[in-house]
Amino acid sequence: MPTPPKADSLGLDVDTIAAVATPVGSGGVGIVRISGPRARAIGETVSARSLHPREAFYCRFRNAQGEVVDDGIVLYFAGPASFTGEDVVELQGHGGPVVVQMVLGIVLEAGARQARPGEFSERAYLNGKMDLAQAEAIADLISSSSTAAARGAVRSLQGVFSERVRKIDEAVLGVRMYVEAAIDFPEEEVDFLSEGDIAARITAILADVDDLIRDSRQGVLLRDGVTIALLGAPNVGKSSLLNALAGEDRAIVTDIPGTTRDLVRADLELAGIPVTVVDTAGLRTTDDPVEREGVRRAEDQARSADLILVVTDVTDPNECSIELPEASQEIPVIQVHNKIDRTSAPPGPLTGEPLPVVRVSALTGDGIDELRAQILAAVGYTEHAGTFTARQRHLLALQAAAAGLARAAGLAASADGGELVAEELRGVHTELGTLLGGITADDLLGEIFSSFCIGK
Amino acid sequence: MQFPESFDVIVIGAGHAGAEAAAAAARVGARTLLLTQSIETIGQMSCNPAIGGIGKSHLVREIDALDGIMAKAADRAGIQFRILNSSKGPAVRATRAQADRALYRQAIRELLEAQENLYLFQQSVVDLIVEDGSVRGVVTQIGLEFRAPCVVLTTGTFLGGRIHIGLDNHPGGRAGDAPSNALAERLRALPFRVDRLKTGTPPRIDARSVDFSVMAEQPGDEPIPCLSFLGSPDDHPRQVSCHVTHTNDRTHSLIRAALDRSPLYTGVIEGVGPRYCPSIEDKVVRFSERTEHQIFVEPEGLDTHELYPNGISTSLPFDVQVALVRSIAGFERAHITRPGYAIEYDFFDPRDLHYSLETKALEGLFFAGQINGTTGYEEAAAQGLLAGTNAALKVAGRAPWCPRRDEAYLGVLVDDLVNMGTKEPYRMFTSRAEFRLRLREDNADHRLTPVGRDLGLVGEKRWDAYTTKRERVERVHGRMATRNVIAGSEVADRLASLTGERMTRDQTLITYLKRPGVGIAALVGLLGDVLDLQDGDLDGQVLAQVEVEAKYEGYIARQEEEIARIRRHEGLKLDEGLDFAGIEGLSAELKQKLTEARPSTLARAARIPGMTAAGLSVLLVHARRARATGAVAAPEDEPARGSGG
Repeated sequence: MPTPPKADSLGLDVDTIAAVATPVGSGGVGIVRISGPRARAIGETVSARSLHPREAFYCRFRNAQGEVVDDGIVLYFAGPASFTGEDVVELQGHGGPVVVQMVLGIVLEAGARQARPGEFSERAYLNGKMDLAQAEAIADLISSSSTAAARGAVRSLQGVFSERVRKIDEAVLGVRMYVEAAIDFPEEEVDFLSEGDIAARITAILADVDDLIRDSRQGVLLRDGVTIALLGAPNVGKSSLLNALAGEDRAIVTDIPGTTRDLVRADLELAGIPVTVVDTAGLRTTDDPVEREGVRRAEDQARSADLILVVTDVTDPNECSIELPEASQEIPVIQVHNKIDRTSAPPGPLTGEPLPVVRVSALTGDGIDELRAQILAAVGYTEHAGTFTARQRHLLALQAAAAGLARAAGLAASADGGELVAEELRGVHTELGTLLGGITADDLLGEIFSSFCIGK
Repeated sequence: MQFPESFDVIVIGAGHAGAEAAAAAARVGARTLLLTQSIETIGQMSCNPAIGGIGKSHLVREIDALDGIMAKAADRAGIQFRILNSSKGPAVRATRAQADRALYRQAIRELLEAQENLYLFQQSVVDLIVEDGSVRGVVTQIGLEFRAPCVVLTTGTFLGGRIHIGLDNHPGGRAGDAPSNALAERLRALPFRVDRLKTGTPPRIDARSVDFSVMAEQPGDEPIPCLSFLGSPDDHPRQVSCHVTHTNDRTHSLIRAALDRSPLYTGVIEGVGPRYCPSIEDKVVRFSERTEHQIFVEPEGLDTHELYPNGISTSLPFDVQVALVRSIAGFERAHITRPGYAIEYDFFDPRDLHYSLETKALEGLFFAGQINGTTGYEEAAAQGLLAGTNAALKVAGRAPWCPRRDEAYLGVLVDDLVNMGTKEPYRMFTSRAEFRLRLREDNADHRLTPVGRDLGLVGEKRWDAYTTKRERVERVHGRMATRNVIAGSEVADRLASLTGERMTRDQTLITYLKRPGVGIAALVGLLGDVLDLQDGDLDGQVLAQVEVEAKYEGYIARQEEEIARIRRHEGLKLDEGLDFAGIEGLSAELKQKLTEARPSTLARAARIPGMTAAGLSVLLVHARRARATGAVAAPEDEPARGSGG
């Protein structure tokens, strides 16, 4: 049994919370803030070094497998001399939305809980870090911001999403009604389980949830954007390609100083999706320690990217020497053959290759539209009327609901275990309830009584 | 005159709540007086003659685990026993006993008379003695004064009772009992919220006028189950069958034609009836597509011909009752021995109670049973046990015992009532218990007997039986958890004969037991030599316990996490005098709900229907702010003691 988190003398949650502290978008710095009794331990796990109050360290942020996700500054504030009054750790990394979400991901993996809206302020207030006048405002803030997480605001903010969750929630209620009626009214002559065709109905709901998850991913994509790593030798025209992709929205190209082989980052939009393109060093094997460091950084970037564009110069006879870094197997790759203006090759996709290939000229813009389309397809974007900006939290709840539905369907298909099906479905409802507001046992009984003739 | 001796606890009413309350108070050590209008009707089953059933049997087992009397009496009076839901899993499996009314009364009376510290007295109570804002005793109809610092009121439907048969109605308590309205005025003067409910019974039928040959026979289960952990089939009297018949189109036409004389459908009855126990006219109107409704024909006892046709509760006029009964297969020549009727009655809003079941309005006064808006013998008895226990604890200067929702159906029952109140007669269902998988009949003793022992409720005999059983469970579990079976070994070969599948890796027998389709009885039968068990370890209760604990381990662990989260919020108290309406940031709807429910902790606020995450955050901030400025009262009746998780 897991050890329950400690509670303070007032029984308040004192688990450790974390969230992205910088606004979503394309700022230069992305901060993940951690607060609570385990903040320091989590910070030390992620940064793999010991932390001292009010000292800043440069380090790499690593996941549980030791893989580097980002690098930057780690800061530790010991409570009560912190924003929240608790131990606080800040990880200041690169500003790209995907990278910062990945940093948050490793922090959650290390034992923090995703903070509720307003929870840092709430803790700050509760620990006496704000005066009474500020406190009054915070109550309102919490009220409005966590309402946004609850039923009403989800609906008004994101009508499509909440409508679909609500439909699924109703369908789950419909099935639970049969399962619970079968348990609580076994002497009725209605065979609730076979009449309800439970297994088939659960499977159908699962399909709806899976659809919603797919569309929610799209939503997360729209909100948080994607990171694309450009790999290729220095002379293949990556910067030109970057500018060509940015089109009229001139790319904001940032040099990150202080490194031996600079990464160049640009933020742009493709079909409304925020895209961070990171131009990396070349990937040749080299003995030069400076260049080797550049290669290593490029590999790190490639690993944390959503898509890799391998850029080659079609006129360069050495193009085949490009090798993809290991551990990027899961990431989609598009090969871009640049500088076709110097050849007679037509622009656009090249068929029959093991990896997608698009031939372009960054100079003339030929093939760039086709490349954009390939990029969008590769990151999973499709034109879809039902897209909405779901949050990561929504996605997690839906995934938990899907897992519960899958188990329930399996149990329902076997002979026994009516109460286990019921338990799984209760869990599913609890997950959906975090999106919508929940349902009580009495609501469920009400459904049963209004639908079936029950009672002696 | 004043009665010469004084008492610690006085219990008024000797129905199911009163009997259990008096017995519990006496067991805890309080000098207890049980006052009843009639010693002959102690333990009377005024509605259908059955104990247990879904959700209810869980309460009966919990009462039994605390050494209460209901299960023991039901084992002595049960004339047909069945296990419901046997295929749906151990947590929702429920035992139901058809009981002989006379034997049940007799058993309850014998158990009460055998109880040390307990005195019976037959008189109607007409008033409470109140001094300095606390109850000090009661006054009976001949002016006798009994003094005690705690009084438990278990007077059922005595408040404002009105009986309906057709459009005729008259004041009345339960069938045959005089309503005790004198005490009612005293209670009405106290600041309790009062609401009105309705319930009903079917007409009773003489078995000699019934043709059973056209009905389906429903025999009891074999082997005959028991309700008490200490029970044995030898306790049971002769067993008989129930029968099943059905209404038909003609029955339904007769009912439809008479709706203009139905007090339900002409607006005469205002009280809210239970959704799960509708009258036959309700069923016919609301589910008009149904061509028949089931009736369980239940014997009232071994020495009577009276039958209880469970399923045709009605308040239609008597002439319609005769016609509708006689339209039913087997009842063509039926002689009705008592008409069916509906009864409306007042109950006190249970939200005016502490979790100990002591009233907030008058110190020392406890309420238990139907007076709190519940229905059912088991729900009444469960409350009686709690109220009697807490009254005795209070007299002894000890903290009340308030079981939590994750510990017992007792906890679910009280929390639902005190936190949310009820709009219909409240009965227990397993779906009310979110931690249902933990709250099983089979482990009620494990959950509660140790707590009961600490409270003083559990006597030597039960404690010895419990500790012996637990030792056996732990021995069997221990042996199975430490016996590692090597894949390919001779033992593994033997196991393969159980499932037809060969083991591919080494595993302990407990792990093996978790496989679907592997039962402990077969496993133990096959590997008796390997396990080296002692006599008594093979007891069915012991093996069942080991099996369920093993197979449900994963689910239980998951629920533990949920419970741990909730307990953190249980620790956050809300000030008893908190002005919910004055809290900024709460919606008007939530302010109203909170003002009505007056939750005493954040967790209880969270369970109020319609509560939002936003509302809870606001409450949390408010509570912490109040705490910081020292404005919060000390915690009140918080579930402090428990069997742990």
